[in-house]
Amino acid sequence: MEENELEQQDRRDFLSCLGSALACGAAAVAASALAPPATAATAATAGAKPPAIPGYDWSKHRWGYGVDATKCIGCLRCVEACKKENNVLGDAHHFRTWVERYVYLEGEETARIDSHADPVNIAASGSEGEYRFADRYKDAKVEKAFFVPKLCNHCTHPACVQVCPTGATYKTEDGVVVIDHTYCIGCQYCVQACPYGARYFDERRNVTDKCTWCYHRITKGLQPACVEVCPVGARIFGDLNDKQSPISQFVKNNQVQVLRRESGNAPNVFYVGIDKEVI
Amino acid sequence: MEPFFHASPFTGYVYPNETIIPWTVLIVVYPYLTGLVAGAFTVSSLYQVFGFQRLKPVAHFALLVSLCCMVVVPIPLLLHLGHPERAFNAMITPHTTSAFAIFSYAAAFYVILLVLETWFVFRPHIVRQAQQRTGLLGWYYRILSLGSYDLSEKAMRYDRKWIFTLAIIGIPGAHGLHGYVGFVFGSLKSREWWSSDLMPAIFLFSAIISGTALLIVLYVISCKLRKVPVDVPCLKGMAYALWGFMMFTLLLEGVEFASLVYRGREGIDVIMEFVKGPLVVPFFILQFGVGSVLPICVLTFLIWRGTSGNTLVTAVALCAFLVLLAVLMMRWNVVIGGQEISKTGKGLLSYHPLIFGREGLLAAAMVLVTPLVLLLVMVRLFPPWDEDTTLATSAAGAR
Repeated sequence: MEENELEQQDRRDFLSCLGSALACGAAAVAASALAPPATAATAATAGAKPPAIPGYDWSKHRWGYGVDATKCIGCLRCVEACKKENNVLGDAHHFRTWVERYVYLEGEETARIDSHADPVNIAASGSEGEYRFADRYKDAKVEKAFFVPKLCNHCTHPACVQVCPTGATYKTEDGVVVIDHTYCIGCQYCVQACPYGARYFDERRNVTDKCTWCYHRITKGLQPACVEVCPVGARIFGDLNDKQSPISQFVKNNQVQVLRRESGNAPNVFYVGIDKEVI
Repeated sequence: MEPFFHASPFTGYVYPNETIIPWTVLIVVYPYLTGLVAGAFTVSSLYQVFGFQRLKPVAHFALLVSLCCMVVVPIPLLLHLGHPERAFNAMITPHTTSAFAIFSYAAAFYVILLVLETWFVFRPHIVRQAQQRTGLLGWYYRILSLGSYDLSEKAMRYDRKWIFTLAIIGIPGAHGLHGYVGFVFGSLKSREWWSSDLMPAIFLFSAIISGTALLIVLYVISCKLRKVPVDVPCLKGMAYALWGFMMFTLLLEGVEFASLVYRGREGIDVIMEFVKGPLVVPFFILQFGVGSVLPICVLTFLIWRGTSGNTLVTAVALCAFLVLLAVLMMRWNVVIGGQEISKTGKGLLSYHPLIFGREGLLAAAMVLVTPLVLLLVMVRLFPPWDEDTTLATSAAGAR
């Protein structure tokens, strides 16, 4: 009888322990669910620091990017340079940067939009690995037309970083959103969360990928590949901490805009010369 | 060799990277399964916690259904991940602002709760089997008994308290889990189709109807297989619950859609083009017409006419089956539909699922069938029908 009591007591103790453990678990889940999204970047960077780059101090820089759409001629050298420099899949569905063409035809109120990845333009280039804009409006009366280069906006409050379940994508102290490809689980939640369509899934490595502003170059004092090859200076890059840098001058001397301001992401690619239709 | 990816055709303007739909049919199956878990648990709790005596015949069966669906929930996710071997990164180093990271904890917590509750409910059966059986199964039950063979009235009272408590915690647990799935979609501001505060509530109510409908179908089938008469009051109870929750679901979906259209934010033109075009068959005909309005009308008619006997059983089971299809279509229309509307608000994509492969229709179908196969094994190991094998308990019994 006593033994029975004892056994029951043991079971009771075990179960009450388990009960408290479950309750603690629930509380932890509830607490972490309430963490404000604004801390996403800080939470990611507050953890283990990535290995240091020799001679580079990320706390001394704040990178920024500018696009002067009035200068872009749609030559697509930037797209090709980016694909080569960053080993991006060579097809019409994976881009770290791309260029959009906006064309207003006479009598039409909205712009016709395409990118070099459009099947008509791919057919004109003859290959998914080479890019050009087909002369598809040559028989129409064009009222206004312009090109808009696009890339990751390296937002101050990046939605992609907020949703990443592992923290594999994070914002560096110098303002660049990067991905640790050895830690990414490939769930593509970040691809969904980005309002700009800047992320894609790299099927070779089974991880997501995106523009890093050529982090491997800028930390060595070089320009991103797309900026380097642009023949007309439509792409501007530099350190916002340095008042004399091209980007600081660009932001200071122009009335700049950002894309999808209402998203609350606070993008860091600044545009000049875009139009109401640009999305 | 299987191609790397499958690009989707599109109309209008879509971002170049959007042409590969990120979340496939597996991510349709995933919320469908968690919904069944929550729904089946609701039916079980209606008896265990709220003392709905007429649901007694399915209360324990509902627990098994919930458990069988829940253990399969991670499979579609793991199949979808680019690096499933890294899945635990989300638990080892969770990024606390991510709904996904928190989901893995919530899911783990709920699985533990469900296993515990099932264990308590079937403890009398486990103990008896442990004492009677020899051989491998005997060992299995002896291990499962955790060394406790006490079936005295005192011990049973104690177990009942635990079941009651676990069932109570399970209500926010199961519903929180599924509400969370709704939040995973509803919290994304990048897609107008998903970005809605009502999304968690819609997911929740559609989950309850899907779980109830699954129980109705499985209960009727199990009665036919066991050659026992269907307990009509129990079936009617589930049919009432189905009717009531369906009304809520339809109302919420209607309000959500109305506010989306009424707000008419950027991209609404393309959304309307989508609604009037590609959405006609999957939404208006399958989900809304055949899967919702038809069963509601039939159920209303049955309740109004006081139909009984075989006609009632067949009609309710058929309605439940249609509801199951409707909820599957609802998940499809949310998950796939949301991705077919471009983030540009100026184009539409069309998703063409693969048949074979890791993310194909066949894989998804197999994931959906797995809980049923598991259930076949489980009802043999833990018969939920015999009253003396389980702890006959309810709110009244526990207090």
